[in-house]
Amino acid sequence: MSTFTSTERETFRLSMLLNDRRYRSYTFQFFALLVLICIISYLGKNLVENLAKAGLNISYGFLEDPAGYDINQRLIEYNSQSSHLRAAMVGILNTLLVAVLGCITATVLGVTAGILRLSNNWIVAKLMAIYVEIFRNVPILIWILIISSIFMGVLPQPRAFKGENPDATMLWDMFAFTGRGIYAPGPIFFEGSLVVIGTFVLSILSIIVLRRHARRKLYSEGRVIKTGWPSIALFFIPTILIYYAFGSPIGLEYPELKGFNFKGGIYARGSLISLWFALSIYTGAFIAEVVRAGIQSVDKGQTEAAAALGLRNNFIMNLVILPQALRVIIPPMISFYLNITKNSSLALAVGYMDITGTLGGITLNQTGRAIEAVLLLMLFYLVISLSISAVMNIYNRSIMLKER
Amino acid sequence: MAENNASFVRHELIKEQVPPVSERGLVKWVRENLFSSPFNAIMTVLSLWVIYSIIAGSAPWFINGVWNASSVRECYDILDGVSGACFAVLKERFPQLIYGFKYPATEYWRPNITTLLLLVALAPVLFRKLPRQLLAFSIIYPFLAYWLIWGGTILVPVVAFLGFAAGVYCFRRFSTNAFALGVIVGVIVASIFWLFGGYLSEANETFLSLQAVPSRDMGGLMLNLLLGTIACSVSIPLGIFLALGRQSSMPIIKWICVVFIEFIRGVPLITLLFVANVILAFFFPPDTSIDLILRVIIMMTFFNSAYIAEVVRGGLAALPSGQYEAANSLGLDYAQSMRLIILPQALKISIPGIVNVSVGMLKDTTLVSIISMFDLVGMIRGPILSTSEWNGVYWELFGCAAAIFFVVCFSISKYSQWLERQLETSNR
Repeated sequence: MSTFTSTERETFRLSMLLNDRRYRSYTFQFFALLVLICIISYLGKNLVENLAKAGLNISYGFLEDPAGYDINQRLIEYNSQSSHLRAAMVGILNTLLVAVLGCITATVLGVTAGILRLSNNWIVAKLMAIYVEIFRNVPILIWILIISSIFMGVLPQPRAFKGENPDATMLWDMFAFTGRGIYAPGPIFFEGSLVVIGTFVLSILSIIVLRRHARRKLYSEGRVIKTGWPSIALFFIPTILIYYAFGSPIGLEYPELKGFNFKGGIYARGSLISLWFALSIYTGAFIAEVVRAGIQSVDKGQTEAAAALGLRNNFIMNLVILPQALRVIIPPMISFYLNITKNSSLALAVGYMDITGTLGGITLNQTGRAIEAVLLLMLFYLVISLSISAVMNIYNRSIMLKER
Repeated sequence: MAENNASFVRHELIKEQVPPVSERGLVKWVRENLFSSPFNAIMTVLSLWVIYSIIAGSAPWFINGVWNASSVRECYDILDGVSGACFAVLKERFPQLIYGFKYPATEYWRPNITTLLLLVALAPVLFRKLPRQLLAFSIIYPFLAYWLIWGGTILVPVVAFLGFAAGVYCFRRFSTNAFALGVIVGVIVASIFWLFGGYLSEANETFLSLQAVPSRDMGGLMLNLLLGTIACSVSIPLGIFLALGRQSSMPIIKWICVVFIEFIRGVPLITLLFVANVILAFFFPPDTSIDLILRVIIMMTFFNSAYIAEVVRGGLAALPSGQYEAANSLGLDYAQSMRLIILPQALKISIPGIVNVSVGMLKDTTLVSIISMFDLVGMIRGPILSTSEWNGVYWELFGCAAAIFFVVCFSISKYSQWLERQLETSNR
């Protein structure tokens, strides 16, 4: 046997690199690598030559320079003297803000529409089908532009709120809906507010612990512990008690009309609102389809079997249908969340200052550092996408069917 | 059989009665589908109210629409305070919306014919019942379309086609012995054809020539369709190769594909368009100038192919491994087993996904308006809304753009559902 293998090893010929399955893959990979290296070095050579010809170089020093432009929607402190890096940070936070808001509302909208599409009410099902088809088949950019023009066209300008007998009034003296944006009361924190917030966090934690405990009891002893009312009580009562005990340490600051504009409170620019709205309503249509498909994918026998076991309707939904439907729904949902994050880059069209608007827009145009800025931009989105999909894949694996 | 004469026994059947009113016809349908429970009744009333308010709000706007006016001022004068649309802008700027503002007006017939021929060329691909000979036209079509849209001498597309045909012929001839040999000979023969043909067409620039239109003059809906069609048709084969590469057992090839696909899928299309706009030119040789539209097509093709690769990979993964093993045991080599056994089945599974991705691509072509190209949305945002005549007519214009995209995309997705049913061959 050993002699046999040795003779075969001796008879290695060069042609075996092409004809023998064992060696052919090495040949192919070698050539693929060679071609790749050639392409990259060719592109690199062109890049170097072009840069030299245009008198440019690659350097990230510009990030330290003062940006010199203003950003009117921001979550952290920023002024026109701040660096480009700071501007990019503001942009990143704005991207994340609209993405998170969009994901939440798109999920709510999508799940509602998906369930209503399966409703036995004919007219509701048809309405939802129309919603889904209309929003799925028209580009998101057009929706963003339409919604922002509605927003600017329909809502009154801040000056309409002025005067003795204004054309527009604030809702409960708290919310002002203007074409420039929505003004809402903002919280002001006094001394002791930390205790209230701490209590609130603690009570939420205790709700989670209570529910876990209830589930463990259910699985181990078959005892059902009611968690509905205790949860609600835990949610409200301790926080409210502490709030008054410490003498109302968190106040509300109402927006007020000063000059030609509102001051104070929380301000969401029209561009943020219309982008948020457009992203959620567009992606909601896609999510609705996935939710519908997910629920339909659960065999009818499952419902009947659960009913035969004597489970009540809400238990059937929570314990039998949803866990199985979620397995179908979750993976596409991940990619929709990623899509929202990526589509939020269309903020450029309505002038919302997200990372594409700051780093890839004004910074790029002011400094002329196209290559550096676009590379950073891509890096940011790559990091976001890869980390979201990594986290979601872990979650996905935890709820997957455990097969073989 | 004793005759039963008891008076209380009925002798003949009662005639069938009509069901009660609540159990038949419209009433039954309404009861079951609209008012089956109190909650449903509330939902129905709510929906009816929503429908009513939408119709009541928009009907006068449509009915009072002004179709003949030369500016938005004139529109408002005609409407005289009544709510109404100003559709005149669509009528007056129709050519701009469709062809962009630079395409020569005398040549509008060319894109029109190209679009009509596109339908003819697509027909045999889309509907399998049509005679197969029509496919010959589909193969010629890209070259013909290039000549019609961009103009210039007909020799350029003819040479390109002949080179392509010669290459394919040689490939067919030599690939019976070895696949790689066929590819290499085909490429060499085609290149020789193109090289000599290039001299020929440069020498006779006026031969059967249409007025040449540079790429930067393309615009409007035409640009959207152009970008969408080219990017989709090129990216489908590219995506299939990427998917096969990702499934490959050779680590280097696999990782090249994985990195490419994940990179493209991880970034938004808009950043890739930035690359096309400001960076890609740096990677071409210093003295060449590749126009923007071609750079955008390159990036869009890459983008679309990464997504198609993922769809096809799903199709490949869904095939039972028995299919791969059966192909191997028949003694087929890799190319044969893929072409004859694996891909036909995998692609059939991936059709809905491929169509979804392609519809998405067509919709995403509107993003080029952000890098200041004048596609349909770019035309509306730029040259139309910024003029003093039509400043502020958002709804009509964007509504029209939305309607156009809806019709195109909706019909494509309906076609894909139909095709799925046609290809359904499972034994269930």
